[in-house]
Amino acid sequence: MSSYLLKRVMVLIPVLIGMTIIVFSIIHAIPGDPAETILGQKATEQSKQALREQLGLDKPWINQYVDYMGDLLKGDLGTSIRTKTPIAKEIVPYLAATLELTAAAMLFATFVGVNAGILSAWKQNSWFDYTAMIIALIGVSMPIFWLGLMEQLVFALKLHWLPSIGRMNQRDPVESITNLYVIDSILAGRWDQLWTVIKHLILPSIALGTIPMAIIARMTRSSMLEVMNSDYIRTAKAKGLSQFLVVYKHALKNSLIPVLTVVGLQTGALLGGAVLTETIFAWPGVGRYIFEAISSRDYPVIQSGILIIAFIFVIINLLVDLLYAAIDQRIQYK
Amino acid sequence: MSQASLNVNSEAASAEKVSGPWRDAWKAFRRNKTAMLGLGIIVFFILIALLAPFIAPYDYKEQVLMDRLKAPSAAHWFGTDDLGRDMFTRILYGARISLWVGFFSVIGSIIVGTLLGVLAGYYGRWIDMLISRLFDILLAFPSILLAIAIVAILGPSLQNALYAIAIVNIPTYGRLVRAKVLSLKSEEYITAARAIGMKNTRILLTHILPNSLTPIIVQGTLGIATAIIEAAALGFLGLGAQPPEPEWGKMLSDSRQFIQKAPWTVVFPGLSIMLTVLGFNLMGDGLRDVLDPRMKN
Repeated sequence: MSSYLLKRVMVLIPVLIGMTIIVFSIIHAIPGDPAETILGQKATEQSKQALREQLGLDKPWINQYVDYMGDLLKGDLGTSIRTKTPIAKEIVPYLAATLELTAAAMLFATFVGVNAGILSAWKQNSWFDYTAMIIALIGVSMPIFWLGLMEQLVFALKLHWLPSIGRMNQRDPVESITNLYVIDSILAGRWDQLWTVIKHLILPSIALGTIPMAIIARMTRSSMLEVMNSDYIRTAKAKGLSQFLVVYKHALKNSLIPVLTVVGLQTGALLGGAVLTETIFAWPGVGRYIFEAISSRDYPVIQSGILIIAFIFVIINLLVDLLYAAIDQRIQYK
Repeated sequence: MSQASLNVNSEAASAEKVSGPWRDAWKAFRRNKTAMLGLGIIVFFILIALLAPFIAPYDYKEQVLMDRLKAPSAAHWFGTDDLGRDMFTRILYGARISLWVGFFSVIGSIIVGTLLGVLAGYYGRWIDMLISRLFDILLAFPSILLAIAIVAILGPSLQNALYAIAIVNIPTYGRLVRAKVLSLKSEEYITAARAIGMKNTRILLTHILPNSLTPIIVQGTLGIATAIIEAAALGFLGLGAQPPEPEWGKMLSDSRQFIQKAPWTVVFPGLSIMLTVLGFNLMGDGLRDVLDPRMKN
């Protein structure tokens, strides 16, 4: 196991370096003069030169990359052109907002997806199975930005059940400690606020979680069906165990391994989907941070935002692989 | 006598026609109801895309400011948008854009991915190392985010969105082909081909590529679905098609501020994206069951 861990981490190093090269190249790949692209055509030569110096664009390419890597290793993500604030500091609340949203979405996706998959397999070819699988099929094909808009239309604008945008009630702001508002409102003992925060989380996390939910449901179903036909399940049934125990204890354990992989992969995919969901629900997360940076041509923010998300994505995939290896001892690194 | 032998001959000929792997696959595909439904949806949208100029009642750019945000009616089946443009016409023309982007971005990814996958799988060693690491790096980014980064470099346009989507999906096909080539390489008939002095390029073209075709077709069909969603997402973020192009994702973002006043401006473009994507997903699933049962799950 420890040699597997070591090898798996070693493989990561070239990937991480490659990621930084790609992200570093974003600003250099802009056709023409990046300083002019960022500041606009009307900018004076003086201000363009100042920006080039600030971003180090006047130095040779290789020196720039070495400087960039040096800064990254020190935890310096550069400075936003728009707000003139260090990105490493500015990004923290955005990151927390994204993590809260993705965690809620994944919770929804896993809970609903796994249970729907189990029930579908248990009651194979029943009306529940058919309905669940049709919903899953539509869910996989759903453009999440459209689903988000439809949710807003029905549950916020027509029925007025849930708020359509934002993370909290602006007139009664949550006191930020961890920037994760669910936790912050619990720490403050403000249960009314917790309820408001949860209400704000529901629509965006369902929008974001629908595709993974559908994928997890389909995966769980097929994985369960495979296990349910195996000999040890027949034995468990023959021993007279209750159906519920057979399904939820014996069968689930062995069918969870492929499901776990899917959950991990989907968590990464969620980080990408967050850009769209956050735009629709005015959710102040990294996705929106990057999106706003694109419209204001704030390239350092675009670079660092993308790098951070990709980094988290890679780490999640690593954790999934390790967990997978820990559960299934047959897996070894080749 | 001669009549009878003729009959026998034609029977033999038709029997020959009936067998064959592609024909068998089509027979199995036809029995798969959901796959056929998918094919039906795709054919429907392709017809719409091709016939748009003939069936569209209006010009997709034509603005009638008197008719702004009109609800669906006999004159405007899907209503009108905030500039008084006929939604039905714009949806019809939108099918052209989505299918065009979906199809050509996937073709692009397949061509480049196959080339890299074959190089990596067949020649191995440092070439494989280099290409496989490149795939790892590209896959280390959530795909939509990488596409956004590429468009941020190239500038927002439909063309650039297509390039971005194509680049982002290269590793999917590259890895698939590489794995297939690796498994085929050790087959006996490849060793035999090499033993009789066949050149590498010829082995690749006549033996390895044709045998890698089925997983590419399956993945490509599913890939069109992903590409259409990604293109619509980029359009929605303002990074894809630009006005007045009737791109479905762009239509959604243009109309979202009128969602309460004129929900039809948001409902129909989204529904079109979903249906098209559903069609390709259904057909892709069906093709996988038929062509490559081992790929299931």
